[in-house]
Amino acid sequence: MSLLEDEVAFGGSAIEPRVLVLACGAIAREVLAVIELNGWTHVDVRCLPANLHSTPERIPGAVDAKLTELEGRYERVFVAYADCGTAGRLDVVLRRHGVERLSGAHCYGFLAGNDAWDAMHEDEPATFYLTDFLARHFDALVVRALKLDTHPELLPLVFGNYVRLVYLAQTDDPGLERRAEAAAAFLGLRYERRRTGYGELVPSLTRFVDGAVRA
Amino acid sequence: MSDEDIDLGSLSDEDLVKQMHDDLYDGLADEITEGTEILLDRGWSAEKALGEALVEGMRIVGIDFRDGILFVPEVLLAANAMKSGMEVLRPLLSESDADRMGKVVIGTVKGDIHDIGKNLVAMMLEGAGFEVIDLGINNPVESYLEAIEEHKPEILGMSALLTTTMPYMKVVIDTMVEQGIRDSTIVMVGGAPLNEEFGKAVGADAYCRDAAVAAETAQALVLARRSSVAAS
Repeated sequence: MSLLEDEVAFGGSAIEPRVLVLACGAIAREVLAVIELNGWTHVDVRCLPANLHSTPERIPGAVDAKLTELEGRYERVFVAYADCGTAGRLDVVLRRHGVERLSGAHCYGFLAGNDAWDAMHEDEPATFYLTDFLARHFDALVVRALKLDTHPELLPLVFGNYVRLVYLAQTDDPGLERRAEAAAAFLGLRYERRRTGYGELVPSLTRFVDGAVRA
Repeated sequence: MSDEDIDLGSLSDEDLVKQMHDDLYDGLADEITEGTEILLDRGWSAEKALGEALVEGMRIVGIDFRDGILFVPEVLLAANAMKSGMEVLRPLLSESDADRMGKVVIGTVKGDIHDIGKNLVAMMLEGAGFEVIDLGINNPVESYLEAIEEHKPEILGMSALLTTTMPYMKVVIDTMVEQGIRDSTIVMVGGAPLNEEFGKAVGADAYCRDAAVAAETAQALVLARRSSVAAS
């Protein structure tokens, strides 16, 4: 099973009442880490394929289908997506299901902290961002998906306006840092690393598990 | 027979145009340059070669992109091939300015540096007979207003890829209203996260879902405006 391409389910112990986090596969590790750190054994996690990140128009339909399929099976559900490029269309789906999501426009925002990310982006709009997941899957999600390996002439067409790459690091992983640095070099961008940890994921999931987020 | 074996010069006009559609689809820039030159050598006007070979070829690419058969890299390669044909035709097209549709000022909005879609639209607009003034990326309202003042375009086109930057289109349109210049310029908007509803909400005249639609819409709106002016 691949978090990039498949739906993956975690959890499933018999502790009741059970609650569900329906998450983007691109933040599966982070969501699971927060759950494990807090010992939330009654929380199940279902991850939709992370490659939806590259086709945001498909996210509302995928979330809608999954929420419909799982209706009545959990006491409460939380969607671990931000707006993620859906321009409010995900929110239309979530309002119908009475489910809430992570705040902000995308994962860079809630991982870095939405205010911090806004400031970072205003400081330099020509920034390409990586998270741990995107650093790990840069070759598949960027290089091969955009055919930059077989058609390097596309590189300036796609990335010619960018000037820096910021790696928003959730963990201290030298291997991922090397990958992020290599990605910046491949794209010809100035490299920066910012350690974000799990950012707003922690308070958001905590509020949900504590019951502050309505079902 | 592989593409390498095809002698473009030996094809009839009809087969050559069909082959150029295939070559555009496959992103073969050299073949498009050669095919365009052959059409011109055979006495085709630059407008005819542009419309029937290049624009029509890109329209097919656009349809398959919309239907999920082609993806961004293939469209970029096709656009690159079309660009090579345009380079052959551009000097000839500029000699026949009398036939042009008018001017379009186009640019990506402030805070947004994405221009793949905007560049495709600019190219298709050029193919549809417009003179395109491309403001590039990350444009504050002042850039749009200065360009409108300087060029007096028929159309202003704005593009955004980010949900965080697309609301800026309303800032530009509202400022045009405040300055009393909104009604004199057609405003078209586009970009991956936009839709028809958003276009209406920000006060644009049209939302265009892709480059081919943008070119067709631009022509239709300009012609409609000209005929309403002529009738009044």
